[in-house]
Amino acid sequence: MPSHAHHSASATTGVGGASAGPRRVELLVDNLKCPTCAQSVEQALGAVPGVTAVTVNRTSGVAFVDHDPTRAGVGALYEALKAAGYRTGSGRIRFRIRGMTCASCVIRIEQSLRATPGVLSAHVSLGSEEALVEYVPATTDLAAVRRAVASAGYEVVETPPPSSPSALDRETEERDREYRTLMRQWWFGAAVGSFTMIMSYPWLFPGLGRLFPRESHRLWYMWAFMGVASLAVLLYSGRHFFTGAWLALRHRSANMHTLIALGTGVAWIYSTIALSFPQMFPSREFADVYYDVTVVVIALVDLGLAMELRAKGRTSEAIKKLIGLQPRTARVVREGRETEIPVEEVLVGDVVVVRPGEKIPVDGAVVEGASAVDESMVTGESIPVEKGVGDEVIGATFNTTGAFRFRAIKVGKDTALANIIRMVQDAQGSKVPIQRIVDVVSGYFTPGVAILAILGFMIWYTFGPEPRLVYALIVAVTTLIIACPCALGMATPMSLTTGVGLGALNGILIRGGDALQAAQKLHSIILDKTGTITHGKPVLTDVVVTGGFDEATVLRLTGSVEKSSEHPLAAAIVEGAGARGLGLPDPTAFTAIPGHGVEAVVEGRQVLLGNLKLMRDRKVELAGLEEQTSRLADEGKTPMYVAIDGKAAGIVAVADTVKPDSAAAIRVLTEMGLEVVMISGDNERTARAIARQVGIERVLAPVLPQDKAFNVQRLQLEGRRVAMVGDGVNDAPALAQADVGFAIGTGTDVAIAASDITLIKGSLRGVVTAIQISRATMRNVYQNLTGAFIYNVLGLPVALGILYPFLGILLSPLLAALAMSFSSVTVIGNANRLKRWRPA
Amino acid sequence: MTGDRILVDVIGLGLIAFIVWFFWLVKAKGARAAVTSGGYQEQMVLVKGGYTPDVIVVEAGKPVRLNFIRQESASCSEMVLLPAFNKSARLPEGETVPVEFLPKEPGEYEFACQMGMFRGKLIVE
Repeated sequence: MPSHAHHSASATTGVGGASAGPRRVELLVDNLKCPTCAQSVEQALGAVPGVTAVTVNRTSGVAFVDHDPTRAGVGALYEALKAAGYRTGSGRIRFRIRGMTCASCVIRIEQSLRATPGVLSAHVSLGSEEALVEYVPATTDLAAVRRAVASAGYEVVETPPPSSPSALDRETEERDREYRTLMRQWWFGAAVGSFTMIMSYPWLFPGLGRLFPRESHRLWYMWAFMGVASLAVLLYSGRHFFTGAWLALRHRSANMHTLIALGTGVAWIYSTIALSFPQMFPSREFADVYYDVTVVVIALVDLGLAMELRAKGRTSEAIKKLIGLQPRTARVVREGRETEIPVEEVLVGDVVVVRPGEKIPVDGAVVEGASAVDESMVTGESIPVEKGVGDEVIGATFNTTGAFRFRAIKVGKDTALANIIRMVQDAQGSKVPIQRIVDVVSGYFTPGVAILAILGFMIWYTFGPEPRLVYALIVAVTTLIIACPCALGMATPMSLTTGVGLGALNGILIRGGDALQAAQKLHSIILDKTGTITHGKPVLTDVVVTGGFDEATVLRLTGSVEKSSEHPLAAAIVEGAGARGLGLPDPTAFTAIPGHGVEAVVEGRQVLLGNLKLMRDRKVELAGLEEQTSRLADEGKTPMYVAIDGKAAGIVAVADTVKPDSAAAIRVLTEMGLEVVMISGDNERTARAIARQVGIERVLAPVLPQDKAFNVQRLQLEGRRVAMVGDGVNDAPALAQADVGFAIGTGTDVAIAASDITLIKGSLRGVVTAIQISRATMRNVYQNLTGAFIYNVLGLPVALGILYPFLGILLSPLLAALAMSFSSVTVIGNANRLKRWRPA
Repeated sequence: MTGDRILVDVIGLGLIAFIVWFFWLVKAKGARAAVTSGGYQEQMVLVKGGYTPDVIVVEAGKPVRLNFIRQESASCSEMVLLPAFNKSARLPEGETVPVEFLPKEPGEYEFACQMGMFRGKLIVE
């Protein structure tokens, strides 16, 4: 509980606690942008009776108000601000309340809430059992709001957003509880089961055989005891199968529970009848009981479910890692002091304090201080990024050495990380197209198995060997037990969850199962040149000197001239000169010669920079530089001549450079059997030059931006499945037209891009990784589906006794239970195997 | 063929006919989602051994909010998927989880748990 709530006066009533006299309160004002705003806020607040002084800090958006709490409450101050047209940084929360039964409860809770210091308004709805509370974060917090509800005799139901760490804890806890229950049920079943298995066949054990001879009264009593014990197992360890089956029946559906409940129930009822009315059966031989089937099957399936639960928990580890990145608390400045609050309570506009070595809790912009921030967990960029006042920071990233304060801009479910998490969760919940076929099949699967079991019983009873009833029963029970709709149902979702999670951990956001399936069977991949293959930003690449000038002089003088130019290429030269540690003096007499170049005087020397035409016009002797120029142009660069004091001094060349790993990534793509095509708006010469550097043969250039989608379609008309890689904003139509659109994002805008697959890192490597992950995932899906299919297709006929006429083999129901549990664990295990995949 | 055999076969065929009728031939009637003051077509869906109701009728072009409340701990039902709308939600036990979407085209859409054990149908008119 933060300390500030203790001393605060009631915001609504204005009645102070211990402190009398004027109090100072800090109000957050959102839209304090205009220069006169501060003044009008001061006026508005100053007009409130009881206010003695108002100071507004426009840059931090805070108003400090000294007021007499007995005359002016904080609520009145807020009203005044609102009336003056300012948004205040008040918090709004919505939560559920348990225990409301009547309309009078509503009034009681509302009154209790409104009497709480700092609460501005409270509305409670009986229908939805929800309360909407507006409060002043400076004077109260959620804990106080909760206490107010509790003091009225009701309970606040905690509803953390599904992506928050606390929701994650709850889910893990729920799973653990379920796991422990299943394990308890398994141990009970196993204990009774081992005893039952031995005592069902005591004649197989020398000592026991003498103690409990066949058809003795003693054995009958033992079996009767077993009947009671196995009923206990049915009711304790197997209860969920029966309730599950019943609930499903009420929905006119059937599932695994139905099959297990039917199988074990039938075995128990048969055994009990055989035991109670042996005279119903022609020979004593019939009276053998099958309590062991009931107990052991239930125990094994419980164990299988428990193992499944564990394995499933591992499947969603990736999303847990992402959720776990979010810090749980934030240190915000409220009422001039630092207070640690849960991250869920940080509001837009709060000033958050970040110390060295801490995580940044939410998204925002730095208002004070500076530091280097490690953003690798969100952007994949491994080098820490320098942040100063005005720079944006991303929640969940890691502050390295400096300390700073920032204003929260996006909180809760709006942060970049929350968006990423939501996207991944949605994708994990989507379906791979092939799953639709499985869905149709599994709709008929369980009732179909029940029909098969009945048919099996009929055939064995009608045509089978004696004792017919026993054979028919075993066949029917085995058939019910061995069929595993789970393996079929889990085959694709488990792989998809793992695959999508694997992508997210590698900086690849896959929108859904269909994108994943499409990405593994591509023919062609179109890469946009600018920003995808290249950095998308020109840099200085070459400096050629001639006529006795040295490189430093040429670059220093050229850089100085370009300082005054606004041409985009000029910035590249200035930056290039700066990077080499050259100080750039200011030029005088700068003139731009449109379409040709620039000229200026630097340190008393006359510098000319421009194209061939400019040099010819000024009669500069180029002394063999033309050859160099055309070589540079062939490399896709933009060369410019430099002349100093009327003499040719050299060439500076600027180019949009290829990202360091583009060529390697393109080589891998080609090796993977994909045709790599480059698309560019540049002229063909420049485009080809870049294509040569990275090893691309097919070039589409020049293509106007609006024609990119059309070019994608043209390739598709050749009968090829085409992927397009580009930035999510300019290339959106082409990305949408492609079978799979890859958006190369940079950092936080990732969630906005309307692509199938988003690469958070700006590298083409990501495309390779994404395709490899989709291939690995789909291979896993097919393995699982094939496995589950073969299991059922082979298992069912064997259970029905198809091998009996030829080999005399009949499957035991116990083996069937083992196989069934094993099959679903195998499917999940195989999906988890995907996690070991590493980018090649 | 002896009498008991004929009896077993007749009962067996009867059971099969019942299964076919019970699971496949009977069509469930749907629940029509009510339109709330917020303009949403809202429907509570209870998740317990299945979805209740499991057929929901809504109108096309109006936003739909399905409030799922899961009252069981079986892990199968911890997620609900609406693949046609690319929506999914985790359903913590005992909590109401709203899922909102806009059905544009009339037709029949499925919603199901991740493994497809529980199924429901959304009929858009």
